[in-house]
Amino acid sequence: MCGIVGLFLKDKGLEPQLGAMLTDMLITMTDRGPDSAGIAIYGDDGDGRAKLTIQSDTPDTTFAGLADTLSAAIDAPVTLQQKDTHAVLNMPSGKLAEARAALRDINAGIRIMSTGDTLEIYKEVGLPRDVAARFSVSKMSGSHGIGHTRMATESAVTTMGAHPFNTGADQCLVHNGSLSNHNSLRRKLRREGVHIETENDTEVAAAYITWKMKNGSTLGEALESSLQDLDGFFTFVVGTKDGFGVVRDPIACKPAVMAETDQYVAFGSEYRALVNLPGIDTARVWEPEPATVYFWNH
Amino acid sequence: MQIFDLEADGLRALNSSLHAQAAETNQTLWEIVNPKGSHAIAVGLDAPIEVNVKGSTGYYCAGMNKQATVHVHGSAGPGVAENMMSGLVVIDGDASQYAGATGHGGLLVIKGNASSRCGISMKGIDIVVHGNVGHMSAFMAQSGNLVVCGDAGDALGDSIYEARLFVRGSVKSLGADCIEKEMRPEHLEILRDLLERAGCDAKPEDFKRYGSARKLYNFNIDNAY
Repeated sequence: MCGIVGLFLKDKGLEPQLGAMLTDMLITMTDRGPDSAGIAIYGDDGDGRAKLTIQSDTPDTTFAGLADTLSAAIDAPVTLQQKDTHAVLNMPSGKLAEARAALRDINAGIRIMSTGDTLEIYKEVGLPRDVAARFSVSKMSGSHGIGHTRMATESAVTTMGAHPFNTGADQCLVHNGSLSNHNSLRRKLRREGVHIETENDTEVAAAYITWKMKNGSTLGEALESSLQDLDGFFTFVVGTKDGFGVVRDPIACKPAVMAETDQYVAFGSEYRALVNLPGIDTARVWEPEPATVYFWNH
Repeated sequence: MQIFDLEADGLRALNSSLHAQAAETNQTLWEIVNPKGSHAIAVGLDAPIEVNVKGSTGYYCAGMNKQATVHVHGSAGPGVAENMMSGLVVIDGDASQYAGATGHGGLLVIKGNASSRCGISMKGIDIVVHGNVGHMSAFMAQSGNLVVCGDAGDALGDSIYEARLFVRGSVKSLGADCIEKEMRPEHLEILRDLLERAGCDAKPEDFKRYGSARKLYNFNIDNAY
């Protein structure tokens, strides 16, 4: 199984409530995915500054003094804001790649959750309610966000097996389903020099999309070609800096419901996830068609 | 009328109350408020009662229904009226995938659209969809009637047995062994009756009939054990 929720706000007045609305939607999807949960949230644009969200299993020792060490290594001001096992490093946009490389040298135990101007990804093992509470997701504001509750089928229940997966700067992917050709595709991508960390099927899909875009595809084109190259069941929701997209495999066994009002576009694996949204009773509610790529942008 | 607040009192209490109704019950009219997309609402009923669900439902609403009338005043999630035996299920909005799957009898009316696999493996149920149906509808349909007043998606009636399919609009593609068939007077009669019972003013003459060509492996007696 697995549950997906997504919320794209058209009404700026709702932005302070984005985290609270997404948390409520996420918790409703607990029985579709009680193993782990994650959230990708698109917050304020940092005016030339970018965010690198990291995770450590020993956050207190790993994050202590890290901002200063990294600042010295990349010769630029860095701030660090810790949230439980995660921390958001803020730095000038041009320094992201350098910072990534420097972090590997500083501490190999640091895992990169996301990079981008506005995107932050938080994910951990545990019940969605607990995961959301650990990161105070309900207090976050933003323009749009995606959440995922995981019931593992293809690989172990670990932080790195949880969704969302970062597919590029300010881009992320969540998945409900299971891919059957992920082993052969992983081998192919590794031969192409793509780094894939886990045995997880969705990470392969995320790496595939990143690889396609590195070779000149737009995100839309990468999703279109995923319909040819990925074998298995999937409903994907992808986040971009200014919106989100949805694509389902041609069989479309994995459920998906969308709702749209003047205030928002919302996605849920089930209608249950949407019932507390404002104006849902008069919203346009529909199921996205199979093998069709949808996008909503600001 | 009995009013049941699903959010306050819970699914188990609802379904056990509905199951407790005997054939001669006086509590024949029920209203369920705050369904909020919950699963398995009014499943396994077996009494001549009417249940009105005031909102949208999640998975498997009105599954295994016998005798009862279940009216959803909203949309229905996957597997609505799955394995229905008799009675009437009406959905005012849309129905998600595999509506009426494996149903043995009764009538399922969907006033909006139904998505993929509507009537998959139907075994005698009648289904009338006022709008469109998605891909793989009536897959391996064995018996009963599927009426689609709008359009049908890909692979309609794939590997169909003896069910009758009536479509007014376009059919994106027919599945394996499914063909268009002659609409004879007896089919128009069946269709007229179903449309009337489903509250649909479409004319039977505007529909085309589809069914099995009976050419697949299992129809050839030489392949019998």
